[in-house]
Amino acid sequence: MLLIDCPYCGKRPEVEFHCGGEAHIARPETPTAVGDADWGSFLYYRTNPKGVQAERWLHGHGCGRWFNALRDTVSDAFVATYEMGKPRPDRDAATASTPSNA
Amino acid sequence: MSQPFRRPSGGRIDRSRPLAVTFNGKRLEGFAGDTVASMLIASGQHLAGRSFKYHRPRGILSHGSDEPSALLSVDWRADRGPGYRDPNNRASVVEARDGLVVNTQNHWPSLETDIGAVNDLLSPVFVAGFYYKTFMWPRKFWDRVYEPVIRKAAGLGEAPDVKDADRYSNRHAHCDVLVVGAGPAGLAAALAASADGTKRVILADEGSEPGGALLNDTTATIDGRPAKEWVAGAVATLDARENVVILPRTTAFGYYNHNHVCMVERISDHRADAPEGLARERLWQVRAGEVVLATGSHERPLVFENNDRPGIMLAESVRAYLNRWAVLPGNELVVVTSSASAYRTALDAKAAGMRVSIVDIRLEADCGPEFAAAKDAGITVRSGHTVIRALGKKRVTGLVVSPIGRDGTIGEKTTLACDCVAMSGGWTPSVHLFSQSRGKLRFDVELDAFVPGTSAQAERSAGACRGVYDLTEVIADGAKAGGGELAPEATASFTGFQPVRVLPTDADASKVKAFVDFQNDVTAKDIRLAVREGFESIEHVKRYTTTGMATDQGKTSNMNALGLVAGILDRPLPAVGTTTFRPPYTPVSFGALIGPARDELFDPVRKTPIDPWAEANGAVFEPVALWRRAKYFPRVGEDMHAAVARETRAVRTHVGIFDASTLGKIEVIGPDAAEFMNRIYTNAWTKLKTGGCRYGLMLREDGFVYDDGVVARLAEDRFHVTTTTGGAPRVMRHMEDYLQTEWPDLDVFLTSITEQWAVIALQGPNARKVLDPFVTDIDLTEAAFPHMTVKTGYVCGVPCRLFRVSFTGELGFEVNVPADYGEAVWKTLYEEGQKHGITPYGTEAMHVLRAEVGYVVVGQETDGTVTPDDLGLSGLVSKVKPDFVGKRSLTRPDMIAAGRRQLVGLLTKTPDEVLDEGAQVVDDPAQPIPMKMIGHVTSSYASSNCGRSIAMAMIDAGRERIGETVFVTTPAGFTEAVISNAVFYDVKGETADA
Amino acid sequence: MLERNLARRAPTVSPLVSEASVTVRPLDPQGRLAFRIKPAALAGRGTIDGFDLTGAINSRTSPEADSGMRTALRLGPDEWMLITAADEVDERCEAISAALTGVPHSLVDVSHRDVGFSVEGPGADVVVNAGCPIDLAAKAFPAGSATRTILGKAEIVLARLAADRFTVTTWRTFAPYVQGFLVEATRS
Repeated sequence: MLLIDCPYCGKRPEVEFHCGGEAHIARPETPTAVGDADWGSFLYYRTNPKGVQAERWLHGHGCGRWFNALRDTVSDAFVATYEMGKPRPDRDAATASTPSNA
Repeated sequence: MSQPFRRPSGGRIDRSRPLAVTFNGKRLEGFAGDTVASMLIASGQHLAGRSFKYHRPRGILSHGSDEPSALLSVDWRADRGPGYRDPNNRASVVEARDGLVVNTQNHWPSLETDIGAVNDLLSPVFVAGFYYKTFMWPRKFWDRVYEPVIRKAAGLGEAPDVKDADRYSNRHAHCDVLVVGAGPAGLAAALAASADGTKRVILADEGSEPGGALLNDTTATIDGRPAKEWVAGAVATLDARENVVILPRTTAFGYYNHNHVCMVERISDHRADAPEGLARERLWQVRAGEVVLATGSHERPLVFENNDRPGIMLAESVRAYLNRWAVLPGNELVVVTSSASAYRTALDAKAAGMRVSIVDIRLEADCGPEFAAAKDAGITVRSGHTVIRALGKKRVTGLVVSPIGRDGTIGEKTTLACDCVAMSGGWTPSVHLFSQSRGKLRFDVELDAFVPGTSAQAERSAGACRGVYDLTEVIADGAKAGGGELAPEATASFTGFQPVRVLPTDADASKVKAFVDFQNDVTAKDIRLAVREGFESIEHVKRYTTTGMATDQGKTSNMNALGLVAGILDRPLPAVGTTTFRPPYTPVSFGALIGPARDELFDPVRKTPIDPWAEANGAVFEPVALWRRAKYFPRVGEDMHAAVARETRAVRTHVGIFDASTLGKIEVIGPDAAEFMNRIYTNAWTKLKTGGCRYGLMLREDGFVYDDGVVARLAEDRFHVTTTTGGAPRVMRHMEDYLQTEWPDLDVFLTSITEQWAVIALQGPNARKVLDPFVTDIDLTEAAFPHMTVKTGYVCGVPCRLFRVSFTGELGFEVNVPADYGEAVWKTLYEEGQKHGITPYGTEAMHVLRAEVGYVVVGQETDGTVTPDDLGLSGLVSKVKPDFVGKRSLTRPDMIAAGRRQLVGLLTKTPDEVLDEGAQVVDDPAQPIPMKMIGHVTSSYASSNCGRSIAMAMIDAGRERIGETVFVTTPAGFTEAVISNAVFYDVKGETADA
Repeated sequence: MLERNLARRAPTVSPLVSEASVTVRPLDPQGRLAFRIKPAALAGRGTIDGFDLTGAINSRTSPEADSGMRTALRLGPDEWMLITAADEVDERCEAISAALTGVPHSLVDVSHRDVGFSVEGPGADVVVNAGCPIDLAAKAFPAGSATRTILGKAEIVLARLAADRFTVTTWRTFAPYVQGFLVEATRS
């Protein structure tokens, strides 16, 4: 089970959260002005990267807030969490420290 | 049985506390501190079970949790009745206590005389992959003959056949450092980590007391004192620190993401005095800042013919039984080894009075100081020797050994008589948890082992589990992993070994049973066969031969199997790969995993405030999400069909009373509430006046129907939204999502009020008459209180939100009162209703009534791919609103394409035939399979009010096909039905819409 | 006809007695108001109608003298649970609304929605941790903390009044489960 650093509550167990998929996909201001293909992309197409991706998370059984998180889809490491509306932090998986047995 | 093999003194047993367990019906004696295995050895009994496939006699191989052979069925509380027995307990870890009843497994009629042992003679049949090869034909025979017979013949213990009578508990814990394993490395790590009093440290060990391998040791010293004194000192120091929790008998079995480690603590199995009701085991879910793995290592058996005979044990285990439990595993010991460590066993056995000799596969020149130590003690060492085979059947009686020539030839054979063999093929670090944590293993040629390479989490391995074997180094390594330093001077350990996969022999390898995996009866020849048949990846070999499977997961066998495969293929060992280690490390009871989540605590059962009345009045309930709802109220002699027919008729002729409390309710408040509603629902809300209600339809962004419900405007800035019973949580989340992430500028707040209000629906022509006497401040007349309006006031003297709504087509009210008053108000109305023919009805009648008038149920008519137009509800979709969730999607090409499935009615040709919900619809039942499905039945009922069956269905372009005949699947074939409008009943009198 | 408030507030759950050192008791009915307001809209108001709203997220504030009758649990950045006497709900609603005239906010009576329990005695934290996965160490969740979280399969609001004293509040239909779970946990 993951420990997720809610920007409002601090580290809390994953069972309190709900993942809402890829972040920073803004709903178009005027949907009716968007063409079929672009609207299809908005609805259904996601990048699904191997590595760090920005995701929406809801602390539903906690403070009730949605926030964004950078999570490494390979290691499950949370690189950063940040409030909705804030820009994506300029960080990558390398910042997550891993001790070694060397 | 007495204890002829108990040593006169020593051991970590309490001789002042004798005890007895029942073993196969006989009395077995021992002392506090014993395991069942040590008691068996004390009594001279090594035969402890029959093997999985060949029913070969098996003894005790090990002294720990890696024991593959001595598996027992244990009745932990035979005195308390059934439900306390479980199979496949390792004799080496079952702590002895009075009252324990243990039995050996997989034999008939008895352990001594086992008919199944004929399998051993038939073994050419049972080679690797024998299932796949032998039982191919005839196909029918598999289910009826082969499988039942094989299942009966092969296997381990019998699963319990009654409910587990024990309690299990659960605990979440957080700490800064979790140390797994309380051997020298783990103790040192815990000492170092806990020196900082602000750090919370948990030290868990699967054994009954801390110390690990030092518990087997009577000669080693640390800083000049006996090792056990160092252990006692370390434990005392840790005990005194408030920031340390020591958990003995606690196995860390699963290592998951973010240092989430699951452990099971055995609380009561070892306690004869455990009070009834004390939990048997506790599941710990630990979230640790850092994890130190000090999990030790497993000794490798040697592979030679008949190496599974009882009395043949791992060398360190012989030492453990001698020293820790003060029992002699025999009188005449041969130590067979390719590892220096086994010399300690030889020395200790000699000191204990056993006759000892050593057969070392290594040449004298390859040995270390251990060789001289053995010589000095007067022990005969046969260096450069191999074992051809073991003699004896139910107990080893001798070993045939011979020197190995320079070119590998087998020399002259000698038979060494013995009743015990201590074997060691070296050591395998226990990297299970490290590997589970997704750390990368690295093959170390010097150590001939996979060791932890790169950690994937905040984790360090220390000591033997990463190939550090010398005691001084182990302690220093542990301390370092704990973030500190310790450098005591300890006795030098005998370390180093020469890897041997299979002992050299001149016997015909294809006829020899030399076991690699003891638990699954996998021999070296099985593995050779698998490789010859093309299974080269170790994962494939594992599945084909089953090596490394079952309850011990190959703790003792994996490296020998790997090495053997690598040798046959002539590849370096890492090229063959290693199998994936998965949780659990050792078997975990289901009870521990589920903890209290059984019986009434399995799931919350949500009951409405009116539920007690329903129960008292004979309701039959059904689960809806987590709720239990009254389905119908049968009278004496009625089945569901009769009860529902009566209930539905009563609503249309008199009045029905229905508990609608489960409906989801959300209060939407704020100056921008109407704007928010506009954006979330398809309908327009701006013009809805205060006091008005509207049926709202909600879409997902992809344009498909998500939820529906009646919404009331209580004030300019306040809406009372209702949702489907099951949809309440997701609708709330959906709304909150848009509010927070798309429209944070809106001043709107949501509050769940589902459980604040009890909801009593009165439906039917007499509804107003029932309500009237209890309402003083609300005018109930049609003119003052028309359909689809809401008023607040008092009913029965309690505050009320009164809705004039209908889900039946009849005149209807929904009385919302604060939940605590729900039952009292219901009873009051019900009593008054007696004058007006009131009938309580349940969810089944509710469904029939709404279907009669063509109302849809989201989740029944819809399946996440249905648009408002598909349901015939395009009138609820605003054409003028510039935007709402899902609007744009409704004009995507596929959403407006011709031929979409549409909601229609279906009337069977035979009026009383009720279609199956979910049944498929086709045009032509004579067409070849696969047929073209043109739709499916979504709702289907016997309708007493319509005098026939009615059904709703989603049919391709259904609305254009009204009047046409189609065919619907039935369990027997097909039946004819005619497509109709989806409204079946014409409401008479003052209807909902009057 | 029923007089208003005459109907007895039937306890949703009957008291289950635990013989353990930790006791689990249903709390008497309380007035409970779900209060939502954007922090900016508070515009410096620290206290409204005697409720102290200055606490950090996941804290509980209660005026000393008032022995819990004007308690505010801050459950999120814009969300509080206000606890008052069961018979003072209407007065509190009126007073708060009056204090916030023209200020966007939401105040909803949820007194009948929620059921509370006290969990009290040495090791109360261990009992809660039987089903609640959050860190209850004194450092991580000191007295004066309050948060929405999970207990087993139910959502709860957990408040810590003292080292060995918690209140656990849940929706009424989850109350029998929550109570049963806690009592079961006291037996370990």
